[in-house]
Amino acid sequence: MKHITINGKPYEVEDGLTIIEAAKQHGIQIPSLCYLSGVHEFGSCRICVVEVEGAKTLVPSCMTKVSEGMVIQTNTERVRKARKVLYELLLSDHSKDCLSCKRNQSCELQALGKQLGVEATRFEGTRSECVIDVSTSITRDMSKCILCRRCVTACNEIQGVGIINAQNRGFQTVIAPAMELAIGSVNCAFCGQCTVVCPVGALKETDSIQAVWEAINDKSKRVIVQTAPAIRVAIGEEFGNEPGSRVTGKLAAALRRLGFDDVFDTNFTADLTILEEGTELLSRVKSALTGGEAVLPMITSCSPGWIKYVEHTYPDELDHLSTCKSPHTMLGALAKSYYAGKIKREPKDIFVVSIMPCTAKKSEIVRPEMKNDGLANVDAVLTTRELANMIREMGIDFNNLPDEEFDNPLGMSTGAADIFGLTGGVMEAALRTVYELVTGRELPFDGLHVTPIVGFDQVKEAAVTFADTLPDYRFLEGVTVRIAVTSGLAGANKLMEQIKEGKSPYHFIEVMGCPGGCIMGGGQPRSDDPDVRSKRLRGLYTEDEAKVMRKSHENPFVTQLYAEYLEHPNGHKSHELLHTHYVRRGTYNEYTNERFDLGVRPAEKKRDLAAQAINAAARAEQARAREENESVRVLALEAENARLKSELADVNETVGFFKSVIADYASRGR
Amino acid sequence: MNNAQGHCTCCQSDSAEPFAELDQIIDLYRDKEGNLIQILHIAQELYGYLSLELQQHIAFALNKPLSEVSGVVTFYSFFSTTPRGEHTIRVCLGTACYVRGGKKIVDALQKSLGVDIGGTTADGKFTFEVARCIGACGLAPAMMIDDVVYKQVNINKLDAILSRY
Repeated sequence: MKHITINGKPYEVEDGLTIIEAAKQHGIQIPSLCYLSGVHEFGSCRICVVEVEGAKTLVPSCMTKVSEGMVIQTNTERVRKARKVLYELLLSDHSKDCLSCKRNQSCELQALGKQLGVEATRFEGTRSECVIDVSTSITRDMSKCILCRRCVTACNEIQGVGIINAQNRGFQTVIAPAMELAIGSVNCAFCGQCTVVCPVGALKETDSIQAVWEAINDKSKRVIVQTAPAIRVAIGEEFGNEPGSRVTGKLAAALRRLGFDDVFDTNFTADLTILEEGTELLSRVKSALTGGEAVLPMITSCSPGWIKYVEHTYPDELDHLSTCKSPHTMLGALAKSYYAGKIKREPKDIFVVSIMPCTAKKSEIVRPEMKNDGLANVDAVLTTRELANMIREMGIDFNNLPDEEFDNPLGMSTGAADIFGLTGGVMEAALRTVYELVTGRELPFDGLHVTPIVGFDQVKEAAVTFADTLPDYRFLEGVTVRIAVTSGLAGANKLMEQIKEGKSPYHFIEVMGCPGGCIMGGGQPRSDDPDVRSKRLRGLYTEDEAKVMRKSHENPFVTQLYAEYLEHPNGHKSHELLHTHYVRRGTYNEYTNERFDLGVRPAEKKRDLAAQAINAAARAEQARAREENESVRVLALEAENARLKSELADVNETVGFFKSVIADYASRGR
Repeated sequence: MNNAQGHCTCCQSDSAEPFAELDQIIDLYRDKEGNLIQILHIAQELYGYLSLELQQHIAFALNKPLSEVSGVVTFYSFFSTTPRGEHTIRVCLGTACYVRGGKKIVDALQKSLGVDIGGTTADGKFTFEVARCIGACGLAPAMMIDDVVYKQVNINKLDAILSRY
């Protein structure tokens, strides 16, 4: 314990705390900006400076550890003045188009200015060049970046992938992929964790709202919406509810009021995934036990960020992935085949929208593998945050909506599907079904929860032994199946290294790309509640426990789907619609035709005139290939156009003002 | 340095193991703390400049993110990411050289070489840079070509100096 004094009062605090943490424990708030609780790496913004007796300068409270007898002042005149100057300096190189910024009123920089009482921006200096980099998932607008480096910490320390980092030096510093490559052209998994921690509008999901409005307004389209399990315990936060509040009924009601024709639930295909994936696992294990060839461990494939990561990082281990598509693409595929037949509509007239906690799913749907008969399984993905924006735009009073149900046949689900949204959930759901299929008895865990894999440890493991098996599954008698669960790409990396070295002791592994699972996905609401993770986790477990049916194979509509259409799990039709294959990419895309693309960047132009001449031809070819996605390019151009227009308006205004002054003087002279 | 500057940079990519020479160096430095900058220096000396492919190779070999490697490369002005000329001209713009007319030399060279600061001439002969004090203040204004220092340069001498290369 250390004895310290803050603002004249003595406190006793634990060893090893930073000043900001110690102050917070005793209810003293120190304003901060770049500080990221738990994983703080850089003290870059210096907003949290405090006065420490005996120190020559103000010290950053987020980086300075408490020491015995420390005397700290957190809010003297000197400290407050310093913070204001620091804040104004940040603003001097920030594009201040706040009113038309996506983060308006949810911007931490904006809130901080209010908190610090800043009412003037005294410093007008050179502004960084504006680079807007639009990929299918993530949009980077570096004119808004304040170089706080939270995204660098999320990408490098939390996820361990290190796609973005500081490039160049001094005023030219920009947070970007290597050599300022376009983020869509490198090995980014599109997990979107950077967009969650960004305090301003610099990193965000690439907008799909406009495309969805257009589809809803197009009377020739049947617009189908589906929502992932993690949305129902998170979207309430956008409307002022406590994290983890279960708002499933209001969510369905809101979607209906937005004008969607069918409101389905991705949970339905989560149940279906369990039957497909469970069957695949059993057949792999059977093959291994009966002397055949089988690749084990099998790894789940619901998380497209994880998929892209493994394609880049472990291109030789792709056979370990389950061939199941992610649940929302399964639902899209069924909507445009099974359901289209039921309602007698042409598949091409059906537009499928997925509400996802995920930014990677925006890129997943444009993969050529996610098509059947030339039609994309899913046409647009909205993040939880985007859906909240649409609900607001539509003037829907979310909190006062009645509770409604999802539509059938693709809207009914069991409790097992709900927990797909949290780390360990897919595994638990699979075990509930597989164990019962094999033994005819319920999974022997209290409340059906596989306790060793519940919670937020990076890697969790468990073992299940089969005894008294049913006749069809005698090959499993006495067999112990070892499982592991991880969330976040850093944890996945550990398990993949074992596999690569041939030392993995497991048979089945669940991987979710975001730490904590989909409840903490890159498209989820940004939260300042330190317990947000466990609250959302609790919410989903409660959702599961509240259901009568809690095992995927009990879902009557899934049974009906097999009876009417798919015939049996892993059957021919299933393989066509619900299963996929993966692409060997390599860290630098060396196994594909795509190359890391140097693109055209203003900063580079000056530095590398000579090289540009040499590479111009090659580069133009690459740029053309990359810009296949025309709509994305148009978005970028439009954004740039809007910015230039506003700059022009500013300049015109200034010219007008000077003109009037000159005219004024001229008339006085006369 | 002369050797490095003169090293051909265009014919590396044809062989099967384009960076084999560097790989031995990387193995030597692999477990040393702070090895990245050393390796980058040697790589630039061997291959003239740090192309994206070369940075990828180094990042992969050291199991570091590419963005970290390129972050270091783009941070230090000594590292170049584009092919360099046969010779490097560095005009000193330290305080002494600046007040004695260093800027005029820069302007004149920009005109006669036809490149901006940091650029390489179209014939690949010269890369043109400025330096912040080369420690020859008594000889101001000074410039260097590779490792030869030219003292008390004035713009009339420039053609004569360049013609030696």
